[in-house]
This record gives sequence, structure tokens and C-alpha cells, in this order.
Amino acid sequence: MDWWIGFLSAAVVAGTPLLFASLGGILSERVGNQNLGIEGMMLMGAVSGFIVAVKTSSPILAMLAAALAGLAGAFIYGVLAITFRTNQVVSGLTLTMFGTGLASFLGKPYVSMMTPQAIKSFFASRPIPILGDIPFIGPIFFKQDIFIYFGYALVIVLGFYIYKTRQGLNMRAVGQNPAAADAASINVTLYKYVHVLLGGALCGLGGAYLSLVYVPSWQENITAGLGWIAVALIIFATWNPYKAVFGSYLFGGLTILGFRLQGAGIHINQYLVDMTPYVVTILVLILVSQGHSVKNAPPKSLGLPYFREER
Amino acid sequence: MDNHTAYIEMVGITKTFGKVIANHDINLQVEKGEIHALLGENGAGKSTLMNMLSGIYTPDSGEIYLEGKKVSFNSPKDSIDAGIGMVHQHFKVIEVMTAAENVLLGQKGGILFKKEEKKKIAEISERYHLQVELDKVVNDMSVGEKQNLEILKVLYRGEKILILDEPTAVLTPQETEKLFQIMRRMKENGCAVLFISHKMNEVMEITDRVTVLRKGTTIKTLNTKETNPQELTELMVGHKMDLSIERVEQERGDLALKVSDLTVVANDGHQKLKNVAFELYFGEILGVAGIAGSGQKELCEAIAGLQEVKSGEIMFKGENLAKLTPRKIIELGIHMSFVPEDRLGMGLVAGMDMVDNLLLKKYQKQKGLFLDKKPAIEQAQKITDELEIVTPGISNYPVKNLSGGNIQKVLLGRELDLSPEVLVTAYPVRGLDINTCHKIYDLLNESKKDMVAVLFINEDLDVLIDLCDRIMVLSNGEVIDVVDAHNITKEEIGLMMLGKRVKGGDSVVSNN
Repeated sequence: MDWWIGFLSAAVVAGTPLLFASLGGILSERVGNQNLGIEGMMLMGAVSGFIVAVKTSSPILAMLAAALAGLAGAFIYGVLAITFRTNQVVSGLTLTMFGTGLASFLGKPYVSMMTPQAIKSFFASRPIPILGDIPFIGPIFFKQDIFIYFGYALVIVLGFYIYKTRQGLNMRAVGQNPAAADAASINVTLYKYVHVLLGGALCGLGGAYLSLVYVPSWQENITAGLGWIAVALIIFATWNPYKAVFGSYLFGGLTILGFRLQGAGIHINQYLVDMTPYVVTILVLILVSQGHSVKNAPPKSLGLPYFREER
Repeated sequence: MDNHTAYIEMVGITKTFGKVIANHDINLQVEKGEIHALLGENGAGKSTLMNMLSGIYTPDSGEIYLEGKKVSFNSPKDSIDAGIGMVHQHFKVIEVMTAAENVLLGQKGGILFKKEEKKKIAEISERYHLQVELDKVVNDMSVGEKQNLEILKVLYRGEKILILDEPTAVLTPQETEKLFQIMRRMKENGCAVLFISHKMNEVMEITDRVTVLRKGTTIKTLNTKETNPQELTELMVGHKMDLSIERVEQERGDLALKVSDLTVVANDGHQKLKNVAFELYFGEILGVAGIAGSGQKELCEAIAGLQEVKSGEIMFKGENLAKLTPRKIIELGIHMSFVPEDRLGMGLVAGMDMVDNLLLKKYQKQKGLFLDKKPAIEQAQKITDELEIVTPGISNYPVKNLSGGNIQKVLLGRELDLSPEVLVTAYPVRGLDINTCHKIYDLLNESKKDMVAVLFINEDLDVLIDLCDRIMVLSNGEVIDVVDAHNITKEEIGLMMLGKRVKGGDSVVSNN
């Protein structure tokens, strides 16, 4: 039992960067923009958050910096893919390469430096009264840090936004059929930019969770491919923020499973376990494409640039 | 000078796409409370003009006035705010959303209160007798329903000007009549309705005035009462034209194709064809009528060997085609030609030139490693001359850049050149101008005279009745009846398309 609680609460921690990144990706893909720059934006967020944390010791400023860095990365992508209608895949990949390089460059003087104490104590575990006392559930979900609680809130807000507001409806319409959305007086370009940029900000935060809380120090290539797992996770979650929570913690759990099992005396190579998120994603992909379910299908205009006067 | 200001006035509108001049110095005036037709052939610039009124395109030059005030539309939003709503030829709806959600798109406000909103929408749809199920997902709707939804969207926003772009192209005669009633009701309420069409009888029936466009210019605006179809056609085409379609009366030959008990099931489990049975004879044109998506596509593809068949037989010369691949059919020496609905998708390779497209069907008979282009070049030249194809070149010019009519001619020319015994054509005249349409009808008649068995799927019932020997009506994957085209009316076919059987050849219609 204790092993399970320990493992699952660690899975929530490990899944949190994935949650932020996949929510960001969902926002972007919901308006039809596949952004493969998630890994790059996470790294930009991670390094910016860390530098600001070291310079100011302010957790709020650090998070803000991380979000802005991710947003800046998304802006580069947005200008390319939305305004200039370049190929989304290539634009996203470029962003990842750019972000990786930039983070290594900016982070060079900070390698192996630890996160300041003020930050560490701010993000220390803060049990929520009452909820934290629920057996099993409590220690797993409600004896965590503020960043994780912020993640919960974000899921609820985004879920409500996407499914229950007019803006959410409009945004889904843009991702499905921008021409129809345009004809219904929705400002397609604005919707695309807003969601791609917000998505980038969330990716930046996802990266910052690594450098500020999870690791917590700066090391080169700190994301180690989590951004790519997030890309798979978006599909796994069928573009639904609620399912993204489940997926993030599941994938988070898989990334630490090898070490945990070793601790319990079972020896499985971590590299083998590392493959499981992708295997699971492939299985889900197959299931989703077999089902012909309209509900789980990707946004129809995903990957396609929109030009109003196209004939 | 006339001091009267028109409700909508478009002055000197010019719009070009690259080198193509879609609209050149077009003028249009529309009054309140009138139904105004825009009449013209495909490519005359009707849709382009209306897309400028609805803010999708911005004109290169020219001005638009609403009630005398100059307006400029930079986006569909500006146009909608000015009270203009458009129902596009290709519906602009979100397939995965419900009708209600589609209506609510693009509105101001925060949280969605679906219940209250739905009440409001339901009121409006009742007032105009629009039949739309608000909770139905658009994907599951018939074409007629989708169109009603599009009109509902416009009415919900309280627009005063409604533009309908070829709304009747996909409707049964009965659905068309319903649409006309809605248009009349809007007219009574002081709205202006702009009606794009190339169907003469509809224009004569429903409109108050007609503006004829030809090759991107305004030809003339007339009062519908003071004109006639003949005059309108002449204005539209630019020269005198015989509109009648000739039917070659001849004895039909032997049985060519016998289809029995044919059932096709789609991937998602829907039955697309249910126990379809019919016979096709040499030297006849068998028409196929039906609402879009009633199984026409599956029928064609099953015969051509492209569609997996669940059960049933397609017997041709003692071979069951249902079990053969297209390649096998060719190898057996069965000369069958298929002109598919989707010309550039299935019929031709869009990015290749005409010669290469002809080679696609020829190379299989060639021996050796290298392609011999010569015969294909000669054939391309021959088809170009015979069918009067307008092209900058038969090689090094991708077929996708040709106009729709010319693409169709390339495809038909290739297929007919193989001197087929069976010709299956799906919507061969869709989107073509009148001249080309008649050229294609002539080609079909020629084939019939050569004792080819022709299966002709088309959406224009008038054409089917005039051209075919017999007409098979499909509804929901079932054959409702195969009737003699000599004594059947459009209305009767319309009823059968909805799944109702019509007794006998006379217009005795069974109740229900």
C-alpha cells in the first residue's frame, strides 16, 4: 500500500510537466495548429524560469518568465505557420531545434547550479486541509506542491472553457473548419494566435516545473524528450483536457516505473520502460482510428494553413 | 437622373485571381422585398461576386453601397454586421457539431446557456417552417437538412439580405418547393433574396428580376415577367442555342450487365447498397436518379471493381465482376470504362499532364522497361481535336490547371477511346457550362448508337428524363423502381427518391 502511495504521488509529480505541455499542445491543436516545437518551448521556459529564479529568488517572477519564454517561442511558430502559412511540421521542428540550442546557450553559466532556497520552500509540499486527509487519494493528490495544484485548476478552467463557453465553441470550430468559422464571423487568425501563444506559455511552464521543482537545478537538455511524449499524449487524450490529466499521470508513472521497481527489488531496464509511453500511444492511435468515432477524431483542419481567398 | 437608391448596389466591381479575371466591371442593383436571380454559366463570376458581398473576397476595385451608404467589407464579420447572410454552395458548417452549436457559432457572450438559446432558435425555425433537429449532429444530416440549417443560421442573426448560391443543385423537386416557400416568406418580411442558379425553370418560377452574367461581366438585368427561358439562355451563352436534348430512339441490344442481390457495407457498418438488382442492355442509356449519397458512388465502384462487395453478383459475359479487381477485369478483355464522380481524385492524376494521364491506361499493354510515349501523344492530339479541348499543351501542362469542362473531356475522351462495351459515368456534367454539357450528352448518345451499354448517374432530373431510355431510382441504397423515361414526370421521380413508390406509368401516386 505504502509503495503504491509513494509510487502514485511520484507519478503525479513526474506527470506534471507532461500535463502542462500537453494542455498547451491541446490548445494549439484545437485551433488546427500542430506545434511540434513543444520540446523547444519547454526548454526555453525551463531555462528562463531558472535564470530568473536565480537572479530574483521570486517564484512568481520565475513562472512568469517561463510562461513568457514559451509564449515567445510559440510566437515565432505562429508568425511562420499562421501568418506566412508555412508547413506546420517543419516550423514546429525548427522551433524545437532553436529552443534546444537557445536553452543550452543561455543555461551554460548555470549548469549544475541549484534552485535558490526561497524557491524550493515556496514549492515545498503543502497538504490541503481535509482533502489531504482522505485515505489513499489524499496523499497522492493533495499533499503536493502549489505548482501541481495550479495544474488541477488549469484543467478545470480549460475544460470549462473548451466545452461550456462560446469562445470555446468558436475555437473548436476554427480547428474543425476555419472557412466555416470565418463565414460565421469568427476572427480565425486571432483565435489561432491567442491559442497557439497560450499553448506556448503552458509548455514553458511545463519546462519550468522541471528546473524549478522536479530536478531542481539546471542541466543541459533537462526535458530529455518529455516534449515528444507530450505530443503523443495529445493524441492519447483525444484533445480532451480531462483525459490529458489521466494520460499525463499515467505516462509520468511510466517514466519513473523502472527506478521504482528497482527499489522494490524487481530489475527491469529503465530504457525498456521508457518505451512504454510510445507503445501505449501507438495502441491508442490504432484504437482511435478503428473506432471511426467523430468525438475522438482529431480537429479536421489540423496541420492545414487557412487562406480565406483560396479557391 | 433617377434619385432612387437601391437597397444593395454594387458598382464597377472587378476581381482577379492571378491572371484570371473573375469579375470585370460588374454592376448590380437589388431592391428590398425582391427575389433577384444571378444567372450565368459556371465560371461566369456569380459566386465570386456574391463572395465579395459576403466579405470572403475583397474586390480589386469597385464600390458596394447599402441603402445608399458606401460600405467596405474586409471580412465576413463586416458583412454579417451589415445584415448580409450567405448560404454557400459548399456548406460552411462544422460537421462534428450539432445544429444548435452551429447556429451559435461566432456570437458574442461568454458562457453557453444552451437551453435558453435553443428555445430562441426553435422559435425562429418554427416561424419559417424550417425543419431542423437542433440536437442532431450535422454529420448525420441529409443535404436538405444541412441547407435548412444554413438558412436558420442566417435568420437567427436577423439578417435582411440572404444570398443562396446554387441552393437547388442538390435538392429533390419537393425540397426545392419547400425552399421556395421559405424564400417567399422572407420576401414578404421585406428581406432581399439573391438567388444564384443556372436552372432556367427555377429562375422563371421564383424570381422577380434576373441579372445575367457572362464571362465575368454584367450582360443585362431584366424583369422575370417580361422575359423567357430562350432569351435568358441566349444572354447567358452569348449565342442562339437549342436547349432540347435529343434522345436517340433505337432498339436496344442484348443483355450486357445483370446485377442481382448486390449488397455493399461501408467500413462503419452502414449498408450502402441493399439487395440491388437491375439489368443493363447494350445500346441503351440507363439513368440513375437519387438524392446525393443514396449509394450511387458505391454502385459505380462495385461495377468497376473498386468497391468490396458483401454479397450479390454483377454478371457480365459470364464473369462475376463483383469478385474481380480492375486489373483483372482489363486482363480478361472486358472493355469497361468508368468515369468517376471525383474527376481529379479518382479519374486523373491532377499533377500530371494529359499525355501521362493517357499513358496510365496504356502502359500496361506495353512491353519492355521503357515507356513508349508516341501512341499516347497521338491519342492526346486526337482527343484534343475531336472534343475541342482548350489546353496550352498536351504535355508539360498539369491537367488540374485546366477548366472543369476540359478536365472532363480529357477523362471521357480517354475512356471512350478504349471503345468500351460498358460505360459507367457518375455526374459527368457537374459544374460544366451548357455548351460542354450538350457536347457530353452527344458523346453519350454516340456511344449508345455504337451499342455501348451506358449507366448514367446524374442529379438533374430534367436531363435524365430527356436523355435516358430507362431510369433507375435509388433511395437509401435500395432500388425503388426502374421506370420508362418516356412517360414519367420529375415529381414522380422526386417522390421515389424519397423512398416512395409510384404506381404505374401514370401520375397515380400512392398515399405515403
